[in-house]
Amino acid sequence: MDLTAINPVLLIASLMVAATPILLAAVGELVVEKAGVLNLGVEGMMITGAICGFSIAVETGSPLLGFVAAAVGGAVLSLLFVLLTQVALANQVASGLALTLFGLGLSALMGQGYVGIKPPPMSRLDIPVLSDLPAVGPILFSHDIVLYFGIALVAAVWWMLKYSRVGLVLRAVGENHDAAHALGYKVIRIRIAAILFGGACAGLGGAYISLIRVPQWTEGMTAGVGWIALALVVFASWKPWRVLLGAYLFGGITVLQLNLQAAGVAIPVEYLAMSPYLVTILVLVILSADKSSAPASLGRIFHASH
Amino acid sequence: MKPIKILAGAAMAFGLATTAIAEDKTKVGFVYVGPVGDGGWTYEHDQARKAVEAEFGDKVETVYVESVAEGPDAERVITDMALKGADLIFTTSFGYMDQTINVAKKFPDVKFEHATGYKTAENVSVYSARFYEGRAVQGTIAGRMTKSNIVGYIGSYPIPEVIRGMNSAYIHARKVNPDVQFKIVWAFTWFDPAKEADAAKVLIEQGADVILQHTDSTAPQAAAQAAGDVITFGQASDMAEYAPKPRVSSIIDNWAPYYIERTRAVMDGSWASSNRWDGIGAGMVGIGEISDAVPAEIKDEALALKAAIADGSYHPFTGPLKKQDGSDWLAEGETADDGTLAGMNFFVEGIEGDIPQ
Repeated sequence: MDLTAINPVLLIASLMVAATPILLAAVGELVVEKAGVLNLGVEGMMITGAICGFSIAVETGSPLLGFVAAAVGGAVLSLLFVLLTQVALANQVASGLALTLFGLGLSALMGQGYVGIKPPPMSRLDIPVLSDLPAVGPILFSHDIVLYFGIALVAAVWWMLKYSRVGLVLRAVGENHDAAHALGYKVIRIRIAAILFGGACAGLGGAYISLIRVPQWTEGMTAGVGWIALALVVFASWKPWRVLLGAYLFGGITVLQLNLQAAGVAIPVEYLAMSPYLVTILVLVILSADKSSAPASLGRIFHASH
Repeated sequence: MKPIKILAGAAMAFGLATTAIAEDKTKVGFVYVGPVGDGGWTYEHDQARKAVEAEFGDKVETVYVESVAEGPDAERVITDMALKGADLIFTTSFGYMDQTINVAKKFPDVKFEHATGYKTAENVSVYSARFYEGRAVQGTIAGRMTKSNIVGYIGSYPIPEVIRGMNSAYIHARKVNPDVQFKIVWAFTWFDPAKEADAAKVLIEQGADVILQHTDSTAPQAAAQAAGDVITFGQASDMAEYAPKPRVSSIIDNWAPYYIERTRAVMDGSWASSNRWDGIGAGMVGIGEISDAVPAEIKDEALALKAAIADGSYHPFTGPLKKQDGSDWLAEGETADDGTLAGMNFFVEGIEGDIPQ
C-alpha cells in the first residue's frame, strides 16, 4: 500500500470531470420533475446527445459546435416524449423507458460510421498565472469550459426556481397542475419547455462523455450514467445544490476507489467498486430526511378538461 | 375446387417449400457480451461471424444478440436462440458458462460452443485462445519501454483468463527489467469506456507510463494519448487507429478459422464436443505490428520471443517460478500444464496486491 502515490490535487481535478456528465443530466431532469413530469428517458437522451455531439464535432472539427448539436439532439429526442406524454397523454413511466431503449438503438445506428475515430480535442481553459498556481490551479482553473458551464447551470437553475417568476410558475405547474391551469398558466406549454430543457441538458452530459471524458464513440458508452442522474434527483430531494453535491460525491468516490486500487490498499475490491453507489445513497438518504420538495403532481397526466 | 381452396393449397405448398429450404440452411447463433462496435472483443467475434457467412454463403444463416449481460439473463437469450432453430450456438464470454451448460441440457440436438470456459458436455465444446502467449510479448515490450518502472494494468474480472494474462505479462516484464512494478486496477466490467478511461487516467497519475488492459474498449488508448508520453497495446483487435503511439502493438483474436471449421463440422455431421486452446502458432492469437515508437532492438527481441512461442520451443510459463506467497510452483525448466493454467487463481511471486475473491 502506498497512499502517497495518490495526488489529492489530481484526484479532485479528475473527480470534477467524472461528475460533470451526471451533473448536467441530473440538473436537466430536476427541472423536468419540478414541472411535474417524470422522464425516465435520460439515458436514451444522453447517448443520443453523445453521438450527435461526436458526429458534428468530427464533421466540423469544432467541439463547441458538437456540444450545441448534442443539446439539440437530446432536445429533439425528448420531443418524442412530449408527443407521447403531453399530446397523446400516454403513461410517463412507460414512455420514458421506451425513450431510453429507442435512444440506445438510434445512437448505435447513427454511430455506425464513427467507431474508431478520434474527435477534435476540446481546449482547456488556460489562464497564464492562475492555471499555474499549485493545487488551486489544476482544480479551479484548468478545465474545459463545459465543466464550468455545468456548475453555472446549477446556480442558474437554483436561482431561476427560487427567485424568478418563470421558476415560480414552473413549480406551481409541478405542484398542482389543475390550480395552475385555473390561474391561466399554460400547463402543457410549460411542461414541454421543461422537457426540452431536460433533453438538451442530458444531450450535453452525453457529449461530455464522448467528447471529453473518454473521448471516442462506442455504442452504449454512457453505461448507466443516465440512471444514476435520475436517482440523484430524487435523493437530492429536488434541490440543485444537493444534485451538485451528489454528483461530485459519486464522481469523487468512483475516481477515489480506482486510486485506492492502484495504490494497493488492502480493502477487498468489491467493496471499493460498490462504494460510490453506497456512499452516495447513504449521504443522500440522510439529506432527503427533509421531505419538503417532491413536486405533488409528479408523474400525473394533465388534461385540461378535468 | 373453389378458388379459396386453391389459394389455401398453394399457400400450404409454398409454406412447406419454404420450411424445406429453411431446413437446408444451417443456423448459427452468436451471443455477444458487448456491442459489435466495441472495437475489441465482440468486434472480432462478429468479424468471424461474417467470415462464416462469406465462407458458406446461402447454406448458412447467422443470428446474433449483442450486449447480453453475463449471468441469468443470458440463459433466456440462449434458450430463445435454440427455440428459434439454431443448430450451433457460440456463447462468447466467460460469464455465460453455467447458462450455456443449462440450456444445452434442455436442447440435446443443438451444438454449443462456449468461449473461454472450462465446463463441457456431450453437446458443449469449449474453446479459447492462448492470449497469455501474446501477453508475454507485450510484457517484454512493456518492461523494456517503461521509464518510470511502473506498469499499469486494467483488469476486468478476477477470472483465470485475466489472471493468467497478468502473470504472463509480469513474468516477461520482470525478465527484461528487474525493477518493474505492476499496479493493478480491477474495473469489474468488460466494457465501460468511461470507467476504463478513468482507470487509465488514475494509473497514469500514479506514475504508470505503460498501460496494459484486459477490458474491451479503446478508451484507455484515448486516455493515454491525452496524457502524452504513455504507451498502450491493442486488446482483442488491432486498435491501429491509435498507432504508432500510444498503441505500440496488440494482441489480435482471430476466431474465423475456428468458427468456419466448427460450422462445417455441424453441416457434415462430424461435430463432437472438444476443448480447443490455440495460440500464436496456430494463428488464433495474432500480434499486431510493433510500431516505430518501439526501438529496433526491443522490437527484434519481442519478435524473437514471438517466434519461439510460435514454434513451440519456448513456453511462457517455464520455471523456476514461485507463487506470490513464496511457495514453489514450477521447478527449473518445468512448464505449466494446461489444467493449472486453465484454473489459474494465484499471482506469481513479485506481483503486489490480492486477487479479489
